Amino acid sequence: MLKRIALAGTISLFATGAWAGCAFENQTPLKMLSAGFAAWKAVSGAMAECGNFEAELDQEFRHKQPAAFDANPALYQIGGVSNGTLVPLLNQGTIRPLDDLVAKHGQHLKPNQLIRIDGQTMAIAMMVNAQHLMYRKDILDDLGIAAPTTYEEVLAAAETIRAAGVVEYPLGGTYKTGWNLAQEFVNMHLGMGGAFVDSENRPTINNEMGLAALEMMKRLAAYMDPEYLVSDSTYVQQQFQQGKIAIANLWASRAGAMDDEGESQVVGKVKMASAPAAVAGRRPASTLWWDGVVLARNMSDDAAEAAFRVAMEGIDREMVEANNDAAVWLIDGFEATPVSRGAIETANNGAVPYPASSAMGLMHTALGNGVSDFLTGAKDAATTLADIEAAYLTAAEEQGLI
Amino acid sequence: MKFRTFAAFVGPSLALMLVFIAAPLVGVLWQSFHLTQPIFETVEVESCTPSFTGQICTTELKTRPVLDEAGRIVTETTYVGLQSYRNVLEPDRLRQAIASGRWLDILDIDFWAALRFTLTFTLITLPLILLFGLGIALAVNNAVRSIRGPIIFVSLLPFIITPVIGALSIRWLFIGDGIMTAFLEWWLGRDIAMFAQGWTIELLMLFYRVWHVAPFAFVVFYAGLQTVNMDTLESAIIDGASRWERLRYVVIPHLMPLIVFVALIHLMDAYRVFEEIVGFSSQAHVISLQWLTYDFLTPDDAGNRAVSRASASAMLTMIGIVVLLVPLLRRTWRDHRGTRR
Repeated sequence: MLKRIALAGTISLFATGAWAGCAFENQTPLKMLSAGFAAWKAVSGAMAECGNFEAELDQEFRHKQPAAFDANPALYQIGGVSNGTLVPLLNQGTIRPLDDLVAKHGQHLKPNQLIRIDGQTMAIAMMVNAQHLMYRKDILDDLGIAAPTTYEEVLAAAETIRAAGVVEYPLGGTYKTGWNLAQEFVNMHLGMGGAFVDSENRPTINNEMGLAALEMMKRLAAYMDPEYLVSDSTYVQQQFQQGKIAIANLWASRAGAMDDEGESQVVGKVKMASAPAAVAGRRPASTLWWDGVVLARNMSDDAAEAAFRVAMEGIDREMVEANNDAAVWLIDGFEATPVSRGAIETANNGAVPYPASSAMGLMHTALGNGVSDFLTGAKDAATTLADIEAAYLTAAEEQGLI
Repeated sequence: MKFRTFAAFVGPSLALMLVFIAAPLVGVLWQSFHLTQPIFETVEVESCTPSFTGQICTTELKTRPVLDEAGRIVTETTYVGLQSYRNVLEPDRLRQAIASGRWLDILDIDFWAALRFTLTFTLITLPLILLFGLGIALAVNNAVRSIRGPIIFVSLLPFIITPVIGALSIRWLFIGDGIMTAFLEWWLGRDIAMFAQGWTIELLMLFYRVWHVAPFAFVVFYAGLQTVNMDTLESAIIDGASRWERLRYVVIPHLMPLIVFVALIHLMDAYRVFEEIVGFSSQAHVISLQWLTYDFLTPDDAGNRAVSRASASAMLTMIGIVVLLVPLLRRTWRDHRGTRR
């Protein structure tokens, strides 16, 4: 929650009549609403070069977007979404199929950038994000530990590091109650081979895989800063930068910050690798996310065409070349650097996309509120999972999903 | 006063209250008894998401809302009676916990855990705020006239700070290796993690609220102290009353209406405790009733929000405040009737 508040400050980029580095001069007033991390700053900056464009980068965008796109005419023509936040827009039918525009102005797009739902292109992906392993290579080398590939190896490494006493806490984790903690459970449960809801939207977490996921999280938490239930991505990133932790499973979008000389005391010492597997030989305990652009349905075809052309200017080769390390881009011209290695390996090792749906949204909330009861010791694992399923069922019945 | 004049003065505020307080309240009450749901259909959908080597395409059954011709989600609203209240209160689990004699199980239910915290928070801060407020007021009243201005200014500062910002500053002082934690660790010579367990967070919350609201009590009491009847005080001194007896039998009875007033305002405010939960991100350990309502109303990534449960929880919060205020309101009413006679 703190992160949300701290980042809720909205950053607006204005550009009036600027026309440089853009293939055409845009005459239609356009607005975009997206998240506010580094990649979106780079993209909106490139879009602004076409003129008549205003971007609103807001970490609270997910709460605004469904209503703003539902308005007629839509309050924003271009939206930045991820696979999670695409769901409400798809459900409401407030975004435009892009096939005609792709045929006209988007031949250069790679096929895997086209997000196809039921045969129609509904969004253009620009980058992928995943949580993956980051570790202090210098510490692990000193202690003769190989980069861990499973969570059992992570625990063994943590034990060695603790015994050697090189850092304050061997592990870091985005275990902040709410969305972050739920996401960690999602990773671990998927890694154990679990699923969240069945085809009738009934919950499927109260089983051996759910129990194993919870137990593993608790064992990992024992090696973390005792205040782990308030630690979000920014906090873990800072712990890394200040040399307080040695291993963490952290977002790829944070990898660049480890080598930021202005902030980091461990420049060049943090290496990236695939997210560890929860069970040896299985897929990594992580999820793949993509970020991309969508266009609102409620605008004229001419405006849509202008918006699409501006969006294409935002996610073109020049932008990627200027901001190569800001994200793991899917766009032509991206060169994989050591920083992006973790995300790419995680994907290649078979991590699955985040299973976004209406039901999963409810499940994520129920997990975010419920998992901490097990970690604090307020409930045992079976009760925790049963209570989360009960909370999910109440919510799903209220939403009409069951 | 003529009725027309009276109406002209009261009318605008009455109209605003109707529009902004009464109407939303009726709306919330109505929503808490109804449920608006989209109509869903289950369809087989093929969706493709990007990876590096190519695309991952999956075909699965997805539940999605039905759209009408205008592209709007088709919804239906049904009367569900007390179902939303049951969902919030979970009476079955409550009964089970009481019947089995495992009282702590009650706190596994969100609403009752929130009620537990909200009530202890309200009832612990109330006497502390009255005590500190009165203490500062008496100290300032007895201070040399020339330094009163600066003291009043400094003691009012916490009250001026925006609540969320105040909570965040306390959090930053104590979180991780914050300045205060570092100082305490150095002083006590042991490792301290204020945000690792519930009771230390609760302690910080209590401290923050008292620090934040005591100045309000102080200002009110200080104003009241200026109107204490000097003749009564002097006669008490002549009668040989000690400083404590003068406070107990002259000053406090004089301030009683103000004490009731401050208590009323504080009960209403503290029962709606919210900033502390957000500021200290204490959801893992303690939640409050107001936060519960907020949580129901916050949409998740898929855009779902539990409006009916939020309405029910809001109504329950209001009922709670009324129950808490009844004793104080009855007292004020009795006093009021007494003076009329």
